[in-house]
Amino acid sequence: MSNSMPKNPRVALFVTCLVDLFRPSVGFASVKLLEDAGCDLDVPMCQTCCGQPAWNSGDRADTRDLAEAVIRNFEDYDYIVAPSGSCAGMLKKHYPEVFKGDELWESRVERFSEKVYELTSFLVDVMKVEKVDAVLKADITYHDSCAGLRELGIQEQPRKLVSSIKGVTMTEMKNSDVCCGFGGTFAVKYSEISNSIVTTKTGHIKETSAKMLLAGDLGCLLNMAGKLRRENSNIEVRHVAEVLAGMVDNAPIGQRTPKGGGR
Amino acid sequence: MVEITSPEFKANARLAMGDGQLQQALGHVRTNFINKRAEAKANLDEFDELRDSATAIKDHVLEHLDLYLEKYEEKVIASGGHVHWAATADDACKQILDICRSVGAKSVTKGKSMISEEIALNDALSAAGIEPVETDLGEYIIQLRGEHPSHIIAPAVHLNMDQVRDDFIKHHTHLPADRPLNEPETLLREARAILREKFLNADVGITGANFLIAETGTSVIVTNEGNGDLTQTLPKIHIVIASIEKIVPTLEDMSQIVRVLARSATGQDMSVYTTLSTGPRREDDPDGPEEYHVVLLDNGRSSMLGTEFQDMLRCIRCGACMNHCPVYHAIGGHAYGWVYPGPMGAVLSPSLIGVDKAGHLPNASTFCGRCEDVCPMHIPLPKMMRHWREREFEKHLSPMTQRASIRGWAWVAKRPFLYRMMASASARFLWLLGGVNHRIKSLPFAWGWTRHRDMPAPEGSTFMSQWRERQARDAGDL
Repeated sequence: MSNSMPKNPRVALFVTCLVDLFRPSVGFASVKLLEDAGCDLDVPMCQTCCGQPAWNSGDRADTRDLAEAVIRNFEDYDYIVAPSGSCAGMLKKHYPEVFKGDELWESRVERFSEKVYELTSFLVDVMKVEKVDAVLKADITYHDSCAGLRELGIQEQPRKLVSSIKGVTMTEMKNSDVCCGFGGTFAVKYSEISNSIVTTKTGHIKETSAKMLLAGDLGCLLNMAGKLRRENSNIEVRHVAEVLAGMVDNAPIGQRTPKGGGR
Repeated sequence: MVEITSPEFKANARLAMGDGQLQQALGHVRTNFINKRAEAKANLDEFDELRDSATAIKDHVLEHLDLYLEKYEEKVIASGGHVHWAATADDACKQILDICRSVGAKSVTKGKSMISEEIALNDALSAAGIEPVETDLGEYIIQLRGEHPSHIIAPAVHLNMDQVRDDFIKHHTHLPADRPLNEPETLLREARAILREKFLNADVGITGANFLIAETGTSVIVTNEGNGDLTQTLPKIHIVIASIEKIVPTLEDMSQIVRVLARSATGQDMSVYTTLSTGPRREDDPDGPEEYHVVLLDNGRSSMLGTEFQDMLRCIRCGACMNHCPVYHAIGGHAYGWVYPGPMGAVLSPSLIGVDKAGHLPNASTFCGRCEDVCPMHIPLPKMMRHWREREFEKHLSPMTQRASIRGWAWVAKRPFLYRMMASASARFLWLLGGVNHRIKSLPFAWGWTRHRDMPAPEGSTFMSQWRERQARDAGDL
């Protein structure tokens, strides 16, 4: 696909429902990063959710309806990019499962899924972005969200981009590739087990010298930030897109706005 | 029957997480197993190729299982052995009891076998007045305690050494109570001395099987303690109890799969003993049993063939999935409430005891995917857990409130305009609740969440509404 790639591909941003509801700044950071990389960006207004909550709850019929809507709204773009490994994984890896055995849809879904990327992997692997312009003096640790890591193989791409920020130090936490215990509805249905897992995770985060935690998925970030706040930790939590875009004047996730309105 | 407590999974898990001793013992699973597997994988270049090949072998077997089972039976009979087909756990127990009674057996030694746990063989033997003696050290310890395995390859992994010492002092009353028992070696020596007597007195030896080889009619056990070998060679009768999917076509196939088995399980290149048995003692053999029986258990497995759960029958019981599972790490094996814990249990148990009883298990997963990642047989465990969730959803087995909220949410998500309005209202409402600290300490409708952690507050308005404003502004500027 890269051989025939237009210089300024038409890219649709799949905002994701968590970014839409909880942290629009991640959406705007994604827009900036994609436009800076030369993409002709659009945000289809009909989008709602990829259907993952229904899919993981065993509700195939609703998943299928929501997936059809996403495909219809996004399939005409060159690429579909989401600031989430989990939602991108749903569109890229699970949609073919949703439509498996439906001859009318299978090839259409396949064409669609091929064009779906998570934000940092799209920037690095497709747009060949080597570095970002941002400047940020911060000691950062990075959590690998499960779907991005294991469904899409995202591990090096965000680290490469974060390391290119002037002033940044990266400190790896122990077991950065182990689940934070979010798991969507799991965090509510099995909240005590989820709590045990996230407590282990925040323990590893706090063992590092890092003052800022980044990840590429808002679900995990809300979970880890919520736990860190409950534990009275002042480690800042942000989506990786925010720091890559240099948009860190707003309040970190679940925290007051930094004094003086930021840095 | 092993008591099924899977319906009380949440309560079991709560107890387990509050058990300081258990949490300490689980440290072994959380780090040692993982590091050793990673090292073993790194030391074998062709590890992933072997996984592919092992997967292909099992897939082939499952497509032609009837054929290979018949071939296997033919070969066992040709080598002088007997094959017993058991459709259910009860059938298997009955067949084994019949064999034991035929020689008036009083005592039976046993190698480690999860199938024996599945059919609750020890209960059946005890009820018939036959003493079952577990000879695997971990199994021996939990038998003393009246417990069941908490892990499929490390049955006593939930215990620490002090507990084992106390159990030995309590049960081995013929020995002085003040004997030194502070080292693993002394515990091992004591168990070995006691078991040596049991081996010599046993009338029947029962082992499981890691593989059954169709071309030769051979059963294979993979062990580290040598107890399996003594179990199957010393008594007059050797009974193999194995489930039907343990079949592989050839010796060569077995030797390929065995290369990923120990590496995935304990990180060893090979287990200490890989023992092959074919039929009873022949005339010029120096030792071996006079009778060789194989009890082939179905117990629901054949009904998994041809369904979305068929891939589960590739499982070689290495335990890598539970060793890498954050949920297993948090709660240990007993909380799952039946024989098979962890991700493999979350898929297999609903097949064997019914999703109505084991319904929690496939739901209690974050779908982090680590189990599938390390599974030597590439079993798509999260996908199959999702299939169970689908069945529960279809059959209305999942809680009504959960189904209603998913359906209600999806109904809104299919109506973008309505969805926009509700998202905007929620963003505003939660933002207000968040106050200046931007976090919510308690939310009645997300109690499970806020009981343990804060809910970070939204930024006040949705991305889509801000984007629409920005588009309008940009259009106005032009």
